[in-house]
Amino acid sequence: MKKINLPKLPNKDGHFDEYGGMFVSETLMYPLKELLKAYTTIAKSAKFRQMLTKELTMYVGRPTPIYYASRISKELGSSHIYLKREDLNHTGAHKINNAMGQVLLAKAMKKTRIIAETGAGQHGVATATACAKYNIKCVVYMGEEDIERQKINVYRMKLLGAEVIPVTSGSKTLKDALNEALRDWVSNVDDTHYIIGSVAGPHPYPMIVRDFQSIIGHESKKQMMSVYKKKADILIACVGGGSNAIGLFHPFLNDDVEIVGVEAGGYGLSTGKHAAPLNKGKPGVLHGNRTYIMEDENGQIQSTHSISAGLDYPGVGPEHSWLKDNKRVQYVSVTDKEALKAFYYLTEKEGIIPALETAHALAYAFKIAKKRKNKNILINLSGRGDKDIDTITKMTQMTL
Amino acid sequence: MNRIEKTFRNNKKKVFIAYVVCGDPDISTTIKIMNILVNSGVDLIELGVPFTDPIADGPVIQKSIERALKKNINLNDVFNVCTKFRKKNKITPLVLMGYLNPIENIGYKKFSKTAAQSGVDGVLVVDSPPEESSVLSSVLQENNICNIHLASPTTNKSRLEAIVKASKGYLYYVSLKGITGSKISNIKSVERSIDMIKKINKNDLPVVVGFGIKDKQTAKKISQISDGVIIGSSFVKIIEENLHNKHRMVDNINKYAKKIKTSIVNK
Repeated sequence: MKKINLPKLPNKDGHFDEYGGMFVSETLMYPLKELLKAYTTIAKSAKFRQMLTKELTMYVGRPTPIYYASRISKELGSSHIYLKREDLNHTGAHKINNAMGQVLLAKAMKKTRIIAETGAGQHGVATATACAKYNIKCVVYMGEEDIERQKINVYRMKLLGAEVIPVTSGSKTLKDALNEALRDWVSNVDDTHYIIGSVAGPHPYPMIVRDFQSIIGHESKKQMMSVYKKKADILIACVGGGSNAIGLFHPFLNDDVEIVGVEAGGYGLSTGKHAAPLNKGKPGVLHGNRTYIMEDENGQIQSTHSISAGLDYPGVGPEHSWLKDNKRVQYVSVTDKEALKAFYYLTEKEGIIPALETAHALAYAFKIAKKRKNKNILINLSGRGDKDIDTITKMTQMTL
Repeated sequence: MNRIEKTFRNNKKKVFIAYVVCGDPDISTTIKIMNILVNSGVDLIELGVPFTDPIADGPVIQKSIERALKKNINLNDVFNVCTKFRKKNKITPLVLMGYLNPIENIGYKKFSKTAAQSGVDGVLVVDSPPEESSVLSSVLQENNICNIHLASPTTNKSRLEAIVKASKGYLYYVSLKGITGSKISNIKSVERSIDMIKKINKNDLPVVVGFGIKDKQTAKKISQISDGVIIGSSFVKIIEENLHNKHRMVDNINKYAKKIKTSIVNK
């Protein structure tokens, strides 16, 4: 077995070697340090963990199963395809793992108001859900363009009692929603906790979100052994900000397993219209951390394109940048078209409608399942695709 | 001694600082505005460097930055503006204010060297607190450029000590918890904070106050309790309101700056 021994990061300043950090304006340094302190004391306590575990079991529906996709496995070749069913979580995606943890933490910190940014709306819905359950005020920032393409999730958030604020600045997508949420936080630091939905943003967010999402990987490791008596040979997940990916990958980083993150290739990497900073970007500073970003020759952040709102982001969590540079994880990309094909394939052959984000991971998995012999491929099925039905029907002009 | 230190030492009145975004509405008007600001009594100019994701700025400055970006204003344009301004004006300090990524993109060394050659005296990077900017600070210092830091109402005493130590030129005290263009609600608490900073501050680093200062009364009160007053959004608003009449734009900036200047107290 290959011996891998990666250091435990981030360090105390929030750095993953040169990535990560706290690149924020002075006003936010205090709440970030306050959050770090609360996280390392409250969230690590046995009492907090018990409470969270109980909620994740009884309310969210964890552990989520690992499903062996026998029909497509057979059709694609000799490899075996396993799906970690995060789509079966309450609210339909992995985002709730983090939202539950952070809302509980905010409650313990005596915060009375929660803000969040959202792209596809899954993090917004998860946060609004946890806020409804724990009776805490919730405000969600969402780009105007994303509101248009993920309407169903906007309705859900409103039903759950959240205030959804459309963001009209810049590219009107996830990146601008994050800007607006940061501005809100600066203005309301005393009573407000900001729940970032991905492993992006300033320290300690990449660490906190990773830790709350790592339940995906921890469960997967156990379940592969206990249910299937097998070890995964290849792990695959889609990467926008990268929270579902790091959640699956992190507990496996020192194991003898291939790990692949799949970015959004949009219309193709050569067109420039994509959201693949790890493949085509370079290191820079955005939203409070140093990481791979998509920028022009003057250091201005470029607008991105992806069929999936959740991957449509010009940056990526700093830990992924570190894992790219040290070559522990391979980062590839899949185009809109390939993702769509995978979306249909899984739906038709296994009766599972995946989110368009997740379809990127599936597309790459199907590709390599055809090439590689006798491998156990574990894919994080990070979310269900109900929210994308509008996009799909519009695109295919399907009539009901 | 660089121009910033000289200005704070030699000025008879407290220091009046104006902020505008470089390239809004266009490069030549920016230079005109800078000269008018100096003529109407502004002692130091903070020139905003456009960036696509200005997380500390309110809608007025955001829109100004968007207008500048539409004209593709980049760091080279900013340096050119500084060079042109500096040809005629050897006294007024110039501070570049913006976000880190464009500086990361060009590289700290090249940025600092070019800035120095263009007559820049200070740099304020909003999203680069002392914890993250030791490398940038030392490169700037090699080029005799001050790295200016922010302090805010959420800054506690131990951080203040570190910030004061890391700062050169002046300390920019953010008067409120919020973004640019908000309104100051509590001058008393600003005064308490400045007293605390002054106690910590053993090497007499000047402390100036920005965010939320719009009118004569506030400018006067702030100038009484600090070493200087920064006004940004109000100037940018005048630009926004007169985009179709540049003559009136410059004229109104002149009038507004003069009005504020009269309210700023002597040292």
